[in-house]
Amino acid sequence: MIRLESVSKIFNGKPAVDDISFQANQKEILVLLGTSGCGKTTTLKMINRLVESDSGDIFINGKNIRHQNIEKLRMGIGFVMQNSGLFPHYSVRRNIAVVPELLKWNKKKIADRTLELVHKLHLPEDILERFPNELSGGQQQRVGIARALIANSPILLMDEPFGALDNITKADIHSEFKSLEELKNKTTILVTHDVQEAFELGHKICLMDNGKIIQMGTPEEMLYQPKNDFVTDFFAESRLLLEYKVATLNDVSPFINSENFAAQFNFPKQTSVWNALQKLSSDRQNTESYDLLMKAFSDYRKLQIV
Amino acid sequence: MTQQNLWQFITEQHEKLLTQVTQHLALTFLSLLLAIIVGVPLGILIARKRKLSSPVLGFAGILQTIPSIALLGFMIPAFGIGATPAIVALLIYALLPIIRNTFTGITGVNQAVIESAKAMGMNRKQLLFKVELPLAMPVIIAGVRTAAVINVGVATLASFVAAGGLGEFIFGGISLNNTNMILAGAIPAALLAIILDQTIAVLQKSGYQVFRYLKFIVPIFLLITGVGYLLTSVKENKLKAGFTPEFMGRQDGDLGLRSVYGLNANPKVVNDAVMYKAAFEKDLDLISGYSTDGRIKAFDLYVLDDDKKIFPPYFAAPIIKTKTLQKFPSLEETLNLLSGKFNDAVMTDLNYRSDYLHQTPEKIAKDFLIKTNLFKVSRNGNTATVKIGSKIFGEQYILTQIYKMLIEGYTDYKVETKTGLGGTKICFDALINDAIDFYPEYTGTGLLVLLKPTEKTIKEVSQSADMTYQYVDSEFRKQYGIQWLKPLGFNNSYALMMRRKQAEELKIKSISDLKKYWDSK
Repeated sequence: MIRLESVSKIFNGKPAVDDISFQANQKEILVLLGTSGCGKTTTLKMINRLVESDSGDIFINGKNIRHQNIEKLRMGIGFVMQNSGLFPHYSVRRNIAVVPELLKWNKKKIADRTLELVHKLHLPEDILERFPNELSGGQQQRVGIARALIANSPILLMDEPFGALDNITKADIHSEFKSLEELKNKTTILVTHDVQEAFELGHKICLMDNGKIIQMGTPEEMLYQPKNDFVTDFFAESRLLLEYKVATLNDVSPFINSENFAAQFNFPKQTSVWNALQKLSSDRQNTESYDLLMKAFSDYRKLQIV
Repeated sequence: MTQQNLWQFITEQHEKLLTQVTQHLALTFLSLLLAIIVGVPLGILIARKRKLSSPVLGFAGILQTIPSIALLGFMIPAFGIGATPAIVALLIYALLPIIRNTFTGITGVNQAVIESAKAMGMNRKQLLFKVELPLAMPVIIAGVRTAAVINVGVATLASFVAAGGLGEFIFGGISLNNTNMILAGAIPAALLAIILDQTIAVLQKSGYQVFRYLKFIVPIFLLITGVGYLLTSVKENKLKAGFTPEFMGRQDGDLGLRSVYGLNANPKVVNDAVMYKAAFEKDLDLISGYSTDGRIKAFDLYVLDDDKKIFPPYFAAPIIKTKTLQKFPSLEETLNLLSGKFNDAVMTDLNYRSDYLHQTPEKIAKDFLIKTNLFKVSRNGNTATVKIGSKIFGEQYILTQIYKMLIEGYTDYKVETKTGLGGTKICFDALINDAIDFYPEYTGTGLLVLLKPTEKTIKEVSQSADMTYQYVDSEFRKQYGIQWLKPLGFNNSYALMMRRKQAEELKIKSISDLKKYWDSK
């Protein structure tokens, strides 16, 4: 659990982060969303003290980070950055093992854990002896995630982790990432400027502008209960798509007459309306079901907007 | 005497060559090692504290621009002569590339990589040794390579301060007009530079592991260095002798001392710019010098009597091509105005003003011309340009100025001076190739260094100053179409000298006395 209390940071007389407070809970992915320069990355970096805050307090599991040894603090926080930040002079194996070596784990333990993560992140084993510049962007990012996960730290900070990837790779990595066991018990904060990514991965979204938090809430709340015009405008461009993606079959099921609609097509209840429609639209025979779902969604939506 | 070829020279002198190569390597390695020990941490420091980078790099840059000979000169009062000042000077030259490349290498490491290292909990030390240094290593090694090549080059100048090295051959060869000797020094020096550069390049290719091998490389460095100096260190003598490279190789120098007086002084090789000072500072007791040098007066040195006459007369006179005299019709008459206006005491005094009172050659020349009633205000003529050359020591600078004022006052020619030409060979080649029109030369040098006649002839013509003059003049006309104008009147011959006080204490007046003292006990 991470808690920020009235945290500010001033760069050259201008506040980059202006008196913000929020809490990120365990087993949750909190997304800091905003345009570049809104203060989201600075906020993230204050949590592992890459940037020192000017005022306010940050607590991790109840302990003020100011009073902790900075190296120990950082070793207890997984950090993934844009462009992976891998060491060009280390092989992938050594890159992944940096933190365990600092923690002086024994060799066997490091090797076992490395292999475990390589499998979980769908990387080929022979990648371990290669160097970062020989890997594709997606592979580098996976290695970067493995490096952040290896020490089982309870906190994971991610700074635009998928920002440099093409859309197809990004989609793959998103779905893998969501289903990653390793994340289940962690408190994760992810910084992004990509609205779709925020909705895809975030349990909670924290929208920032000019160093301030504009609104914080679940994806549904962000869409249907916007605090002001800024929030509405921010999502306006991809609003329809987001609505389809946010709504699950579970949400719309009260509006479907057919009792076992979800079971009929083997959809899990958490499937988004968007994904269900996509599957249905691929087959002509399902036109009826498609219309049914569309109508249900439409009814559901009417209720939300009010 | 048949001309020797390079290979014969090397075979004959291979022991000396080996010694010099070892000394050269030792000087280079030791200074390079020290420069790394000083430069790399300094580079790291200024990469951490950027505010210091401008002053530190600026200061190292200024040191780099000091001419090497001048730097060696500064070292004498602080470190005496021998290996120490040479190593310190070399260290100073090696510093800039090493500091700058360390700084550039470390500041050039990708910031994202540094941030990720910090984010994983590395402390400053781990960050430096695990990330910054390994990633900066190629750049740092490139700096070390530059420094190594610079040092092999500058180490040739170590011979000026009696630290040995291949400079002994190179500068001896230039002074003695001996091409083989120059090449025997220059070729190995060039090879050393290339080999050293390539060796470091190979070490670099072995990658980031270089650090691991360092613990083997360092002892090897030190071993070579130590052995180098054990092999070459000069035995302690009752009197410490230091001779110029030119003196070392001449019949009217060290060779003559050995063969005629039977005196083996076991000398160090030292440059004449620092020799007198070193004698004064008691770093040396016995030096080879020139009998009209102003520093004899300045440092109260005593010239030993050459009782067996191994130093032939060295009367100074301008030498000039007959062809050039025809081109400048009024030149000969003007130059000869000076003939007989000097004697040894006059010249020593002029040199004293320059070397000790630090008057400019211009002022000394003008005072002299006024005193001898020869001074005329410059006519600012522009009909043709006369180019005067000079060797690289005070007396020649003064003579050049006197000639310049004289020519400008008495003729309509313009004068251009090319002073500080490195040695007899360089001056004479310049004259032959018309890069200069004339320069003051000494009859003894003309005889022994340029003409190199048989020993019998030397003995014959060395009997009197006049006979030497007649001989060189006629031979130069025959061989080179160059003539010797009238002598100026002073004799600047070679001489052995000691501090007056020490000479009196030991009751040494002549070279024979010195030999007796040397053999006693």
